[in-house]
Amino acid sequence: MEVVFTEFPWGIILILLPLMAGMICFLWPRMAQVLGLVTTFSITLSVAGLAWQMLDTGVYRHAVGGWGAPLGIDLYADGLSLLMLATTALVGFAISVYSAAYFEREDATRFWPLWLFLLAALNALFLSSDIFNIYVTFELMGLAAVALVALAGGRDALGGAMRYLLTALLGSLAYLLGVALLYHGFGTVDIALLAERVDASPVVWAALGLMGAGLLLKTAVFPLHFWLPPAHASAPAPVSALLSALVVKASFYILLRLWLEVFEPLVGSEGVYTLLGLLGAMAVLWGSVQALRQTRLKLLIAYSTVAQIGYLFLAFPLAAAAGVTAWSAAAYLALSHALAKAAMFLAAGNLVRFGGHDRIADLDRVVQRLPLTASAFALAGVSIMGLPPSGGFIGKWLMLEAALAQGRWDLVAVMIVGGLLAAGYIFKVLGYAFTQADVVHESKTVPTSMEWAALLLALGAVLLGFLAVPVLSLVGIGDPFGISEVRP
Amino acid sequence: MSAPFLYALVGMGLFSLGLYGLIVYAHLLRKILALNVMGSGIFLVLVALAKRTGEAPPDAVPHAMVITGIVVAVSATALALTLMLKLTAETGRAELPNEGKE
Repeated sequence: MEVVFTEFPWGIILILLPLMAGMICFLWPRMAQVLGLVTTFSITLSVAGLAWQMLDTGVYRHAVGGWGAPLGIDLYADGLSLLMLATTALVGFAISVYSAAYFEREDATRFWPLWLFLLAALNALFLSSDIFNIYVTFELMGLAAVALVALAGGRDALGGAMRYLLTALLGSLAYLLGVALLYHGFGTVDIALLAERVDASPVVWAALGLMGAGLLLKTAVFPLHFWLPPAHASAPAPVSALLSALVVKASFYILLRLWLEVFEPLVGSEGVYTLLGLLGAMAVLWGSVQALRQTRLKLLIAYSTVAQIGYLFLAFPLAAAAGVTAWSAAAYLALSHALAKAAMFLAAGNLVRFGGHDRIADLDRVVQRLPLTASAFALAGVSIMGLPPSGGFIGKWLMLEAALAQGRWDLVAVMIVGGLLAAGYIFKVLGYAFTQADVVHESKTVPTSMEWAALLLALGAVLLGFLAVPVLSLVGIGDPFGISEVRP
Repeated sequence: MSAPFLYALVGMGLFSLGLYGLIVYAHLLRKILALNVMGSGIFLVLVALAKRTGEAPPDAVPHAMVITGIVVAVSATALALTLMLKLTAETGRAELPNEGKE
């Protein structure tokens, strides 16, 4: 029994299980929903198994099929990968419960296999240890995500999906050219081996430029965010939640991983991280202002995603002097944003189901009529605004601490203004939710599981505020940020 | 100028040409083709890189990457073409709808 837990290849399960389940869904469409729920639940358990194993033995490394690193494919997980896997599993399971009630027969048979493929791609991406494998998983993820956006049908969703696909492919191709250059320069695609060999040569600079541009495009950092709002706002609600919570984080994770390991010799050059910080700051301000201006709820939430991604990039200029604090802050923000944003999109989906529209001004007393959904939105809002005791508060507090310690008052100002603007757009929605609308709409009932899925995710985002110490010590496994001790 | 270097240079040229096409043309079929041209450019670079071994037999790893890349490119193109057809059926034009812009 002991051996099962210390040596069991959980990483293989995390990739193969959803992949096989997805294919079975095509063969037996009737089983899709049950299979999807069972699979996502099993994935949650497997991540827990992996976490337990890693607490015992440190980083996870598995050579697929017994072929080692230079020739074969290695799976690798440290604390940062574990954090992303756990986020994906938890948010994914909640969204699955929601989707079981959301999608009707025809749509359900299309949704489940695509979502399971997306899950397989995400897990494979977080477990990848070489940059070419990451390219392949990017494409798997992108194709599944685009197809999911197009599920809604109609002009907006198809247009959004097409724009998303072209952007994702462009990003991947730029990334692939970077991979080619790095392979040419150093003869390996393994991240750990590259980390040993790279130097500040022109090849590395060109690769950094190409891969960085591709990843920034995929992460939708200002001003490369143009594709995100149409895609995220026009997709079905559970799909918007998956995209905003998980898919954009995947490319950020890769950027962070490459930045920390492969491009380390360049980190000394101030220009690059100043630029990233500047883009982040612009994203925070621009995204928040745009969110405030929106009249449709789902577009508002999508622009809020643009703004919240900006916060993650504020960690780059701060990390130079306060590495661990800034990176822990970014990791914590990514996690709490995933929970809160998924909750928000699911709540928005409930409101659309209830009233048949997502015009903010016409929200008709939803606080009384859908109290659970309104609470979910408000609690998720608490985390997005960064009010205590939520997970968003911990992340933003750590980042503020790093900025204050370095006297970066400009970044402090951006964070505070961003928080105020976030409060503005969330209270704008809640204000309309309390009042009666001019036009009365016919309302439909919303299944209880859809309301609870949103509420539990939002509660999770708030409760994260109390879990900072254990979560950050888990992230510290294998020392992803380069220093052995992670301070909460 | 050695042959592999020429190939790599042509590959970079194709990549740039594809990028230009992707940005400039509005018709979706042209955009999809432009992405394919970009992809072929990268494949050419990878094939040229296989000669990095000098006189020894060419490195097989970039070739494996190209094959994987081709599989990915075929699937992505298939999805893009399907989406284009659906979009054309919906809007009557094989172009991106405009109001996605702010």
